[in-house]
Amino acid sequence: MGQLTNLLENKQNRLCSVFFSAGFPQLNDTQKIIQDLDANGVDFIEVGLPYSDPMADGETIQYSSAVALKNGINLDLIFEQLKKIKGTVNTPLVLMGYLNQVLKYGEEKFCELCQECGIETVILPDLPMIEYENHYKALFAKYGISNVFLITPQTSDERIHKIDEMTDAFIYVVASSSITGAKGEISQGQIDYFNRIKAMNLKSKLIVGFGISNQSTFDTACEYMNGAIIGSAFINFLREKGTASIDQFVKGIIG
Amino acid sequence: MEPKFQPTKDGYYGQFGGAFIPELLYPNIKELEDNYLEIIYSDAFQKEYKYLLDQYVGRPTPLYLSKGLSKKFNASVYLKREDLCHTGAHKVNNTIGQILLAKHLGKKRIIAETGAGQHGVATATVCALMDLECIVFMGEVDIKRQAPNVARMEMLGATVMPAKSGSKTLKDATNEAIRDWIGNPEETYYLIGSVVGPHPYPDMVARLQAVISEEIKAQLLAQTGKENPDAIVACIGGGSNAAGAFYHYLEEESVELVAVEAAGLGVNSGESAATSQLGEVGVIHGSKTILMQDEYGQIIEPYSISAGLDYPGVGPLHAYLFESKRATFLNATDQEALDAAYELSRVEGIIPALETAHALAALDKMDIKEGQVIVVNLSGRGDKDLETYISNLKQA
Repeated sequence: MGQLTNLLENKQNRLCSVFFSAGFPQLNDTQKIIQDLDANGVDFIEVGLPYSDPMADGETIQYSSAVALKNGINLDLIFEQLKKIKGTVNTPLVLMGYLNQVLKYGEEKFCELCQECGIETVILPDLPMIEYENHYKALFAKYGISNVFLITPQTSDERIHKIDEMTDAFIYVVASSSITGAKGEISQGQIDYFNRIKAMNLKSKLIVGFGISNQSTFDTACEYMNGAIIGSAFINFLREKGTASIDQFVKGIIG
Repeated sequence: MEPKFQPTKDGYYGQFGGAFIPELLYPNIKELEDNYLEIIYSDAFQKEYKYLLDQYVGRPTPLYLSKGLSKKFNASVYLKREDLCHTGAHKVNNTIGQILLAKHLGKKRIIAETGAGQHGVATATVCALMDLECIVFMGEVDIKRQAPNVARMEMLGATVMPAKSGSKTLKDATNEAIRDWIGNPEETYYLIGSVVGPHPYPDMVARLQAVISEEIKAQLLAQTGKENPDAIVACIGGGSNAAGAFYHYLEEESVELVAVEAAGLGVNSGESAATSQLGEVGVIHGSKTILMQDEYGQIIEPYSISAGLDYPGVGPLHAYLFESKRATFLNATDQEALDAAYELSRVEGIIPALETAHALAALDKMDIKEGQVIVVNLSGRGDKDLETYISNLKQA
C-alpha cells in the first residue's frame, strides 16, 4: 500500500495539501519548499510540472509556470531534485502536469522515474477517463501509480460513481468560477455542491481544489469534505515573500 | 468500401484526434458529440443553413479559370473564390453552421478564438445576425497586425479580449477561449474556427466546410465535363479551408491533395510554422495531432507573416493525411507568399489574403504537367493584409 493511501486511511478530516510549481520562484527552490511544507504539518504536497500551455489553470499558475520555465526547469531536473530529497521527507508527493509532457517524455520512462522518486500519485487534468482506461490504467498500475480524477458541479451522479470506483487515492473536487464566491469566501453555491457530493456516500476521500486561500475557507471546506488543496494563494505568497517564511503561511491556513 | 478518412466514433483518424479535455468540459463536449450529426442533418437545420449560405454568404462561390496562371503553368488553374464570401473568407461557412447549432442547443453566449481575425469577424457577424452575445479572444500580437479586423468585430458588437500569455498569437487565444469555457460551461458555446480541438469539433467543422468541395465537384463537371481535378491546393494552419476543399475528394485517391504550410523565414530558420516538417505527435487544445514542441513537450511558438497560419499544430485529419501520405505537404516562406500575392494581384486583379498566398506560392513547387486541371482554394481576400502588402512593396 502506498504512502498516500495509508495517510488517507488513517486521517479522515482536515487533510491539508499545498500546490507549488517546481522551479518557482527560483530554479532550485523545489527542495526547500517541500522540506518546509513537510516540517509544518502539510499532509501531502502537489508538485506542479510547469507547462507552456496550461489550459486548465488560471492566471496565478500560468505566471508561476512561465517563470519556472524561464528559470530553466524541465522534467529531468524535477526528477533529479525529487531524487535528492527522497527519504528525507515523509509527506507524500503528488505530481500535477499536462498529458503532453508525459507523452513526449515517454510514458514508460515517466512512470519509471516516478517510481524511483517515490511518487505514487499523479494528476493530469487533460487525461480523460476513457483515455486513462484504454491507454494508461495498466501502465500506471505496473508502476504503482494512482491517477486522480476531477469532478465538477456539472459532473453527473453516474459519472461521479464511476470515478469513485476507479479512484485509489482521492477525488479532486473542483468547480467553475461561476459558483465560486468572492475571494476569501465559500459561497452558498459551493456548500450546496459539497452537500450533494457528500450525500452520495462515496468510498473515496474528497479534497476541495478551488477557492481555498485562508483559514476560514479551509475550515469551511473541511466541515463538508475531507480536506482541501491550496494552490494560487501559496504561489502568490511565494511571489511576494519568497521561501523564507513558509511555516507562517501553513500556520495561517491550518491554524 | 469503408471510408478511410472519416473519424471513428471516438473521433480518431488513425492515431490522431480524440478528446483530451479536462473533466470540467466533459458535459459540454458530450452534449455536442451526442447531438451534432442529428442536428446538422435535420431538415430544419439544412433548410436554414442552405438559405443563409445562398442568400447571406453569397454561395455558391465562383470557380474561376485563371488565364494568367493557366498560361504560366501550361495547365488549367482554377480558383475557388471563397474570398468572395460575405466577410471575406471561407470561415463564415462554419460560423453559420455552428451558430445554428448553438441556437438549437439553447446557448446564449458565444466565444471564439481568432488568429488573422477572419474567424473572429465571421463569428461576430453571425452573432449580430442571431442577436447573441459574442466574445472573441485574440492574441495581443495579432490585434496589432490585424487592426482592421479588430475594428470590424467591434463594429459588429463583439467584445475582443486580448490574449496576453505565451506568444500572444492564435494558440494563446485558443487557450484563453478554453479557459473561459471552463469557467462558464453552462450557457456558453465555444465556436471553434478550424478543424482542431476535441472531438467532435474537427469532424463538425470539416462537414460544415465541405460545401467548398461539393461545389467544386459540380462546377468542374459543368465547366470541364469531369468532376475530379488532378490536384487541389490549399493553405493550412489549423486546416479548415483545406479540409473543406479536400472533403469530397478524400476517398478519391486519383486526386492529389496539396496542403501548404507557412515556412515563415524558412523551415529550418527557427522562425517557422511548418508543423508537419517540424512537429511530432502530441496533444494540443484537446486533440492528439502533430505539434511543434521541444524535447520536454513544451509547445514551441510558431512564426509566420500570416496570422492565420501561425499555429503550432494541425487538425487531426490533416495529421493523418500527412502520416498516411494521402496528402502532399508543401510549404512557402513569407517572401514566396508575398511574391505570389503581388503576382495574382497583377495578373488577375485579385488581392488574396496572406494565408491564401501561401497556397498560390506552392504552385511553383509542384510538378504540374501540361494540361492538368489544378484547383487552388482561394480561401480569403487580402483587404485585412493591405498594410503588410504596402510596407513590403515599398521595401521591394
